[in-house]
Amino acid sequence: MAARRPNSLFSMGRKDKLFELSVMSVAGLTLALVWLLVAKMILDAQQSISEFGIGFVTGGAWDPNRDVYGALPFIFGTLVTSTIALLIGVPVSIGIAVYLSELAPPWIREPLSFVVELLAAVPSVIYGLWAMYALRPVMVDSIEPVFVALFGWTPLFDGQPVGLDKFVAGVILAIMIIPTVASVSKEAMRAVPDSQREAALSLGATRSETTRMAVLSYARSGIFGASILGLGRAVGETMAVTMTVGNANLISWSLLDPGQTMASLIANNWGEAQGLQLSALIEIGVVLFIVALIVNVLARLVIGRFMKAVPTTGGGI
Amino acid sequence: MEDKIVTQGLNAYFGDVHAIKGVDIGIPKNAITAIIGPSGCGKSTLIRCMNRMHEVVRGARVEGKVMLDGKDIYAPGTDAVMVRTKVGMVFQKPNPFPTMSIYDNAVAGLRLTGVKDWKVLDSTVEKSLKLAALWDEVKHNLDASGVSISGGQQQRLCIARALAVEPEVLLLDEPCSALDPIATAKIEDLLFDLKDRYTIVIVTHNMQQAARVADHTAFMYMGELIEFGVTKRIFENPEKELTEKYITGRFG
Amino acid sequence: MNRHAYRRLKDKVASGLALACVVAGLVPLAYILAEVVRIGAPAIDWEFLTSRTKGTGEPGEGIGNAILGSLLLVGYASLIGLPVGLLTGVYVSEYGNNRFGTTVRFFNDVLANFPSIVIGLLAYALVVDLLNVGFSLIAGSFALAIIMIPIVANTTEEALRLVPNSLREGALALGVPRWKTVLKVMLANARAGVVTGSLLSIARIAGETAPLLLTAFYSNYWSASPTEPIASLPLTIFRNYNSPSDVLLQQAWGAALVLILMVLTLNMGVRLFMMKRKRKTKAVKKTWKTRLSLRA
Repeated sequence: MAARRPNSLFSMGRKDKLFELSVMSVAGLTLALVWLLVAKMILDAQQSISEFGIGFVTGGAWDPNRDVYGALPFIFGTLVTSTIALLIGVPVSIGIAVYLSELAPPWIREPLSFVVELLAAVPSVIYGLWAMYALRPVMVDSIEPVFVALFGWTPLFDGQPVGLDKFVAGVILAIMIIPTVASVSKEAMRAVPDSQREAALSLGATRSETTRMAVLSYARSGIFGASILGLGRAVGETMAVTMTVGNANLISWSLLDPGQTMASLIANNWGEAQGLQLSALIEIGVVLFIVALIVNVLARLVIGRFMKAVPTTGGGI
Repeated sequence: MEDKIVTQGLNAYFGDVHAIKGVDIGIPKNAITAIIGPSGCGKSTLIRCMNRMHEVVRGARVEGKVMLDGKDIYAPGTDAVMVRTKVGMVFQKPNPFPTMSIYDNAVAGLRLTGVKDWKVLDSTVEKSLKLAALWDEVKHNLDASGVSISGGQQQRLCIARALAVEPEVLLLDEPCSALDPIATAKIEDLLFDLKDRYTIVIVTHNMQQAARVADHTAFMYMGELIEFGVTKRIFENPEKELTEKYITGRFG
Repeated sequence: MNRHAYRRLKDKVASGLALACVVAGLVPLAYILAEVVRIGAPAIDWEFLTSRTKGTGEPGEGIGNAILGSLLLVGYASLIGLPVGLLTGVYVSEYGNNRFGTTVRFFNDVLANFPSIVIGLLAYALVVDLLNVGFSLIAGSFALAIIMIPIVANTTEEALRLVPNSLREGALALGVPRWKTVLKVMLANARAGVVTGSLLSIARIAGETAPLLLTAFYSNYWSASPTEPIASLPLTIFRNYNSPSDVLLQQAWGAALVLILMVLTLNMGVRLFMMKRKRKTKAVKKTWKTRLSLRA
């Protein structure tokens, strides 16, 4: 009996078509589901949207007693804490990436990279717990007083260090974005061809000059994308921020004053909220969704091929 | 005329692999010396020992002496960075810095030494690009990216970049192998113009190029220096049988 | 100091700075682990692990129901998340060379790094609100599954991409139908990557707190009912972290220790497994066109 041979290498039997269709629908299902849920979420926020309109984004008051809600203090809080996180976290991450990519002896590269990625494995709520009892005393006793002494005359450091403020929240966020920014930056640097380093070295550049001239410039879009990704993490981070930012629904320029981010507002108020307040809270969620979407899409567009370097170690946000 | 670079008992290793075996060679000053030989014979490794680029690879090491104007560049305490400003290098594939303009590429090395005066930089750019026979082609657009020009032009930019730090020696590692014949000819021409002021060593797998360009030629095989002498003699009257075999194309 | 010595000094300082950044990054990690062990360990005993939380601070409380809750949440979530993620990854890798596949891949990348509290809101919108199930185990699992899917999809796609093309082509050339090739040849060879990716995604959702806050809420009882609120380790930490009661605070640290042990064990285990495989399959490279070391 003649063996059944397919007409072409990729002949589509009926089972094949069925299989492909099923996998395709599963893949599309998640996508569709997520967008449907987003629509539902917007629907849930409808009450608040129609009540406050565009003024929601500019409204500075969050008052359950008067049933008046505005998002401005929390957009502000998110911006401030994320900025601090980037200002501290990105340079440290680049330093780590430079060490891992250019300076470290080969036997230490793998284990050290792994340990840096382990930073991402610690659950956010444990970061918050640690921040409360270990970081906070250090900040209040040692670090914040230094800033007050140096910059107390500026509105940024006006006031007394208590320890539950935007500064501390920013610091813990900085620590939490390090594994992401460092790993992706490191990949971007490793991708720089050796011929570039050779070019710099042959001109009589020292090791650090070579790194600056040949590696950092070449990898700068990757490092930029890594920072955007870090920003995305910082914006969406909930638990550690909730536990350190001080839970105050107001706008204050001093970093030593408590504040509130969009994420921490939702976390802090979820249990008791109902009616218009609940709807407003969900609308905050919508705003957060939009911000996170823009930032993460931007990051993906800039560093698409390095996305795989983001540590998947666990931990939760 | 004395030799610019003299190697004494030069041995180079990649880990356990013995790549250069006891090479003693004297590179004459202000002349073009070509190093030829089959693939893997160690020619690139040899010139990389002359500007201390060999040791940059992990696990690589050098034994023996390399004298530049009588001073051993491998003497303890000698700074490799200083050596490389005196002995410049151009690589097989052109490697200009893509994030820098043509102008910035040309003065990249010079800026490292702290030169900031734009008048000095301007004149250096013009001088080096002229030496590299690239000035006329790019002078109207020095802000263009270093990689926006053709391969041959990029390689001449790399030569200009190397020359801008005013080295005494220029090492070229198969500089034309990635280029078309016209670009190759342009580079060979400029080497003729350069040899009055610089000592030039060129590694090439193209024997005709060596015959065209070089005053002296060295033939290497499996890490050893087989023969060295005036180019004409090497090609017309080689002493060693191995050299003759290579020249007549019987291997490699 | 002349220019050259200055440059050498700058070089040393720069290297030192880079190393300092590494230390700065690692100190918090070491500190956190040390604190969690130091404060949490004394709380751990058999009674602690098997009693339920009461929230009153009286002796005899434990985190048993939270451990059970976390296991149930992760278990249910994996039931949905692992298969869906796997199949999505299979699609993107094997059939996804078109606009739809690229879109899916794009959104998986975006979703994988998304704020989990927003995911919690999405799950709330569907399960707690629309389906009117209320705060429940199933709502929590649903939220965790959504977080899980893009991660598993990405790691599966990655693992499949590493399988040599020659295997796929060889099987097809022998007449093996496409669907069988994917299932039996590609996936079988990508097995290790798929498993490690799944384990890491489990570690990830085990530590998630925010989405559970909005969906599973909390319970002081031994509950396994899908439609009732349920306790979890992360939320045990959160509800007690600033409690005035020493007992409850101790409960939080104890829960933190158990949680971090779970997550770290999964991570280390996966890593060790990956290292052993790498050693076995790495071809001995005796070519010396290797990376520059910049030691000079």
